[in-house]
Amino acid sequence: MACAVSTEVAHAARSAPGWEFDPAQPWRLSAAVALRDESFGALAYDFTTRRLSFLKSRLLVDVVRALETVPDVGAALTAAGVPEGDRATYLRALEGLALSGMLTPR
Amino acid sequence: MTAVLPLVDQFALGLDAPICLTWELTYACNLACVHCLSSSGRRDPNELTTQQCEAVIDELARMKVFYVNIGGGEPTVRPDFWHLLDYAVAHQVGVKFSTNGIKIDKEKAARIAATDYVDVQISLDGATAEVNDAVRGEGSYATALRALENLAEAGFKDAKISVVVTRHNVSQLDEFKALADRFGATLRLTRLRPSGRGADVWDQLHPTAAQQRVLYDWLVLAGDGVLTGDSFFHLAGFGEPLSGLNLCGAGRVVCLIDPVGDVYACPFAIHSEFLAGNLLRDGGFDKVWRHSPLFEDLRRPQTGGACAKCAHYDSCRGGCMAAKFFTGLPLDGPDPECIVGYGEQALAERDVLALPAPPKPDGDHSHGGPMRGQAPQPRTGGGPVPVSIGHRPDRGCDQSPLLGLQLSSRT
Repeated sequence: MACAVSTEVAHAARSAPGWEFDPAQPWRLSAAVALRDESFGALAYDFTTRRLSFLKSRLLVDVVRALETVPDVGAALTAAGVPEGDRATYLRALEGLALSGMLTPR
Repeated sequence: MTAVLPLVDQFALGLDAPICLTWELTYACNLACVHCLSSSGRRDPNELTTQQCEAVIDELARMKVFYVNIGGGEPTVRPDFWHLLDYAVAHQVGVKFSTNGIKIDKEKAARIAATDYVDVQISLDGATAEVNDAVRGEGSYATALRALENLAEAGFKDAKISVVVTRHNVSQLDEFKALADRFGATLRLTRLRPSGRGADVWDQLHPTAAQQRVLYDWLVLAGDGVLTGDSFFHLAGFGEPLSGLNLCGAGRVVCLIDPVGDVYACPFAIHSEFLAGNLLRDGGFDKVWRHSPLFEDLRRPQTGGACAKCAHYDSCRGGCMAAKFFTGLPLDGPDPECIVGYGEQALAERDVLALPAPPKPDGDHSHGGPMRGQAPQPRTGGGPVPVSIGHRPDRGCDQSPLLGLQLSSRT
C-alpha cells in the first residue's frame, strides 16, 4: 500500500493550516483519478484513496477536463464557459477537489 | 440555467454502469455461517471459468466500473483467485474482497500489501470468540484475528472489519471499534437481512426495536469513520440522516453477479423475482445492466405505496426491498424493521392471517452433512437446522457516496 500511504501524507500536508488552493497555478486531474460521465455530470474515483466523488454538473466536468491544457484555473473556467456570476462557486468546488487530492498541481 | 434532479433522485433513476458491484466468485466456503445470505457451501459445477471471469473483468473495465466487491462463498478458495485479483488490478478495476481470513497467511498478506488497488474485508460477527463463533462456526474468530494480524504485520493499512449487526453483538459496538483500532483497520457495520440462510435465523438474530435505536444513536455519536455500506437507511427516520446514500440502490447503482453469471438486483436478493439475466446467455453484463426489463422497472419512479403517507417516507423510502420480500411483506409497504413499528404490525398481521409462507431464497448451496464447530441455532417452525457451510459476501458500496461536492446543481 505504498501508494495509499503516500497519499495520506499528501493529505496531511494539504489539510495542514496554511495550505491554500492557488488558482493561479496550473492544475490537472490526478493521474490516479478516473472520470466516468453520467447524465448529471460525472463520477470521479481515486484509485489510491479509494474515494468516490461526484461532479454534480456537466459544466464542472468540462472545467476539470480543461485544467490540463490551460495555464491556470481562471483560464479553465473561461474555456469551459462558466458564467461570470458562477465563477466563485466553481472555484470553491475546485478547491474541494484539490483538498481531497483529486486535483494535483501540474 | 436548468434545474436538475438532486443527486439521490438521479441515482434512483439508474446510472450507465453500477458505481460498484458485488461479484460472488464461488459458492464454495469453508465455513457454515448460519445467516449466509447466499446459502453458500458447495461449489456450483457451472461456476464461471477463469477465462469467463477474465472476460467479465474486461467488460467492467470498458464500462468504467471503478471497483468490484468480490465475495462468495469464500472467494479465496478458488485456485485462480489470486490470478483474477492481479488481472483486475492490471485492467484498472479495483478490488475489495471479503473473506473469513482462511487463506490470509503471512505470504498472502505480504502479497496483498504490495498490490495497489486491493482492499480486504475480514468478516467478524462478534467482538468475542463466544459471540462470533456461535454464528460463524468454532475457530472462525481466531482465523479472522490471525488474518488481521498478518495483514497488519505485512504493513497493509486500513483493512476493513465487516460486522453484521445482530441481537447478540449490538452491545459490542465499542469493542468492535477498539478491535479495529488495534489493527489499524476500519470498522464496517451492515444490516442482517433475511436472505439465504439468513431467512431461517432472522427472527432470532435481527436487532430488537430498542436495539435499533441504540445502533442509530451509536452511529450518529461514535460512527464517524465507520462504514455502513449504506445499509441502515431504514433507520434514517430517527433523526438526522446517516452518512451515505439513503436509498435502495438495487439495480440502480449496484447489483450482484453470482458465481454462475446470474445478475441479480442486489446481493441480498438471490431469487428469480430479482434475476435480471445471465451474462453468458444474455449478451454480457453491460447489456443486462442497461436493458433488462427488471432493472428498467426498478429505475422507474416508485410510488411508495402504503408508506407514501408516512412522515418518514422521505428519509427511509420504505426501506429494504429484500428484507420485505423474504419476510413475506409487500414490496410497496413498510420494511420489517420500520422504526415506526408498521413493519412489526405487518408481520403480526401476516402471522394472524396465516398468509402464504415467505418466499424461500433460490439456490441452496449448503453442505448436506453436519459441520464441525457449528453451533445449533434455535429456529421457528421446527424442522432440521440447515447445517451448512457459508460466508457472507460483500454487500453494496462502502464509500460514502455523498462525499461529493456541495456545488448547487446546474447544467
